Amino acid sequence: MLDVGRHPNIELLSYSEVEKVEGRIGDLRVTVRRKARYVEEDKCTGCGTCTEKCPTAVPDAFNEGLGDRRAIYSYFAQGIPSTHTIDPDQCRQLKGKKCGICAKTCQAEAINFDQKDRIVEIDVAAIIVAVGYDVFDPSRIPEYRYREITNVVTAIEFERLLSASGPTVGHLDRPSDRAVEAQIEELEKKARKSQKVLGKLEERFGESSAEFHEKYQAGQYQGDQERQKWADKYAAHLSVMEPLEDLKKRAEGFTVAKRLAFIQCVGSRDFRFYPFCSGYCCMHSVKEAIIAHEHEPETRSTIFGMDIRAVGKGFEEYKIRGGDHSNITYVRGRVAEITEGANHNPVVTYEDTRERKVKSQEFDMVILATACAPTKGIIELAKVVGIELDQYNFVKTSPLSPVDSTTPGIFVCGCAESPMDVPESVAQASSAAERAAEIAIQPRPEMEHAVA
Amino acid sequence: MPEKRDEEIRIGVFICHCGSNIAGFLNMEELAEYAQTLPNVVFVQRNLYTCSEGGINEIKYGIKEQNLNRVVVASCTPRTHEPLFRISCAEAGLNPYLFEMVNIRDQCSWVHMQEQEDATTKAKVLIRMGVAKAALLEPQEPIISEVQTRALVIGGGLAGMTASLALAHRGYEVVLIEKESNLGGMLNQINKLGPTMTDAEELAERKIKAVSEHPNITIFTKSVITDVQGFIGKYQVDVETESGVKKIDIGVIVVATGGRTFVPEGLYGYDGRRVITQIEMESHLREGLDQDIKNVVMIQCVGSRNEERSYCSRICCQTAVKNAILIREQNPDARVSILYRDMQMYGVENEEMFRDSKAKGIRYINYDPAQPPKVDSKKVKVFHSLLGRNLELPADLVVLSTPLIAQEGAEVISQLLRVPIDENGFFLEGHVKLKPLDFATDGVFLCGSARFPANIRETVAQGLGSASRASIPLSKGSVVVEPIISVLADEEACRGCGLCVELCPYSALEIQHTEKGRKVHVIDVACKGCGICAATCYQHALSINSFTDEQIEAQLEAFLGSSVVS
Repeated sequence: MLDVGRHPNIELLSYSEVEKVEGRIGDLRVTVRRKARYVEEDKCTGCGTCTEKCPTAVPDAFNEGLGDRRAIYSYFAQGIPSTHTIDPDQCRQLKGKKCGICAKTCQAEAINFDQKDRIVEIDVAAIIVAVGYDVFDPSRIPEYRYREITNVVTAIEFERLLSASGPTVGHLDRPSDRAVEAQIEELEKKARKSQKVLGKLEERFGESSAEFHEKYQAGQYQGDQERQKWADKYAAHLSVMEPLEDLKKRAEGFTVAKRLAFIQCVGSRDFRFYPFCSGYCCMHSVKEAIIAHEHEPETRSTIFGMDIRAVGKGFEEYKIRGGDHSNITYVRGRVAEITEGANHNPVVTYEDTRERKVKSQEFDMVILATACAPTKGIIELAKVVGIELDQYNFVKTSPLSPVDSTTPGIFVCGCAESPMDVPESVAQASSAAERAAEIAIQPRPEMEHAVA
Repeated sequence: MPEKRDEEIRIGVFICHCGSNIAGFLNMEELAEYAQTLPNVVFVQRNLYTCSEGGINEIKYGIKEQNLNRVVVASCTPRTHEPLFRISCAEAGLNPYLFEMVNIRDQCSWVHMQEQEDATTKAKVLIRMGVAKAALLEPQEPIISEVQTRALVIGGGLAGMTASLALAHRGYEVVLIEKESNLGGMLNQINKLGPTMTDAEELAERKIKAVSEHPNITIFTKSVITDVQGFIGKYQVDVETESGVKKIDIGVIVVATGGRTFVPEGLYGYDGRRVITQIEMESHLREGLDQDIKNVVMIQCVGSRNEERSYCSRICCQTAVKNAILIREQNPDARVSILYRDMQMYGVENEEMFRDSKAKGIRYINYDPAQPPKVDSKKVKVFHSLLGRNLELPADLVVLSTPLIAQEGAEVISQLLRVPIDENGFFLEGHVKLKPLDFATDGVFLCGSARFPANIRETVAQGLGSASRASIPLSKGSVVVEPIISVLADEEACRGCGLCVELCPYSALEIQHTEKGRKVHVIDVACKGCGICAATCYQHALSINSFTDEQIEAQLEAFLGSSVVS
């Protein structure tokens, strides 16, 4: 990212969308909408002071909604460009309310609430489509009860939980436990408030609330309005404290998740959704299980899959190492159902096809290795750019021209073409750059139209 | 350079607030006052953002108006901002290597947010160290070396031909070397290419014709490289051809030597007739399958995913499925069973072909490597691990799916090019994730099954990709290298022991025989300035520009010297 942001030959138009493409190979005019950030790019230094002061909290999409960001934000720390953006759907000022705190805070004077979308036109020789993919939404699979059972998460959510810069600073706290901790925090805030009020009354009347309350209940202060208020306040305080104590007691038993289940082919190799294999998910699960074990050596993981496809360089060796040194068990079978057991523990029911037995097993957390879904915007983009998609909505190519779209001069790489892992994406990106360069350098190259 | 020592050192220190990222946690006023007291410091300036236009102008103003000849910026991290500050110095007429950066944000204010006093003290020490080093900085000039715009592609298979054609299309001269008498590589042994069932022979012919006719491509068949001298942009390669050794000047090299199939001698009764490999199956299919063959059993992972060869060879499952479909096409009554461990039909097309094969009646039988199948005359016995019982499958033909293994001679090429190979004999790329087609050494690239088994789609993509990588130095015509590299600072001291040469990860050092005896020579364009050589040299003969022993000692002294008075 840094290299892209810094390269003199790269003009980076982030927060922008392609609206129109005209012309022909070697001579294309692209119309781009540069969406209003409400922040001047040339002034913003990315210092982040504005986000510290912004009063509006929004679920953080980068952390898969597991944490908060502000209405003025940068998508993630170290993002390029570091320019911040105001989310117009969330910003109080832009929604017509009184605020503007960010503008007051920004010492670079970069905030501009009057900024409008801009349309720019760019002349290019070739286009590379590298729009990536979407994570398949597993709530479409009723039997896995994603969103119903809190401790069932997607692989990408799990990735954030494992990350030192993520919402749990890398501890594998279970979502159900985090919910309780959030509740405790909320109640503690209330308790502190009511304690403060009680403290004043205690000082004024010279006795503790508990002592007073005992006497009050015995009928000592009948008719005393001041003391009646005190009694009400004390009752309200207790109604906070009692559940708080219960929750705290519960939270004492919380530990990080140590029994993990990884479920492969969630949405992939599934005729109801995507019949294709998403390619990278087997290794992603192995990697996540190995890292979880590095974080907490008592972690034991089970990976449920039909075939464990460890086909890249060093992958099979890595998979075996995971089994030998990171407590990973590989079970051949497709998980039939996830239910919720005691203590919010997900229970996985599956057929162990090697033992030919249906089994159920309880885990602390279940991780769904979701399919590589073609990105939603690709249908519209394909129309705008003028390229064909395949039956699943990946960009259509052929094996002998792996990065050429159906339209000359328009190329594709990465998961927009089909699911692939990092080294393959990097290699394909270079291939697409090669094809584009052939056109950029020679306006009309003799292109070899390979027919597959 | 020494005359610089005589001039008065005038250091300007610019301390960045980074909004509140630094100023929110450190006492900036105190820092600025302290910086003023340091030796050689003549100018101190605090900036809200040193990286903003205003901050940059202050640096330029300082250089011009205050006659600064060293600039220190205490701010964020050199990772993101050093290039900007260096350029700014250069724009004001100061050699950009007379700039020193001090990290008081990432390594100070951010990590010590709770301890303002201690963090301020630490920032003072960091600035003191930076100033001490800055006083000793020397101007440097970037190293520029020409690149000969001719590429050498080693290997005339699909990967090498694709790379050659791409480079030739871009207008570069290409020398393509093939050790066999014909181009085409493994394509020559294959019948059809999955999943589209493209005719391999037809593809090979088309590609061979294209490379042969391209005016930018010179082809040497029955040829091997025997010697490689030089470095990126300036290689001299000896090519042993049928008509003698040719010496060729080369700018960049693409390794496309492919792989070869493992021959399963002694496994499952392999005899090349009734028990054959998939590559032999290809020629059976090309010639037309004997109509008497009614029962075919394929066994996967023969010679791979075992103790001896632990890797999965990636493409054998696809090959088996493809050939199984083709067998059924030729002999519609034939029963084909594939005995597998995991069906590695990754991705969209492979999985599609896999599904298709099931619809076409191919049987898949899962076996446990602990109970491998047994091949008898006319039948294969296998424990079906999902049914939980033994099966006896009639077999007129048994086809073993064996892995692709490293190419013969790969090791020799790796030694000639001074690039590494991995434990399986495949070439080892610069970074398994981020640099799949580069080597750590600049100027040498790789693609195809020389790196790891690859199918047709992947081979073509990598061929194009490696051409793209190789074209970067070619298109620039020169290589510009940051001068922060190793130099032989004390030639007398060097004993030519060669320890540094052994340790250099970039092949940037060599021993030369000079009048003064064996001496190390730094190939400056190849050096990355990592410092391993200088740190290792017993004689302190090697030094790294901008990280000299003297400069680092000065930093240490500044660190250990009198404690900061706050």
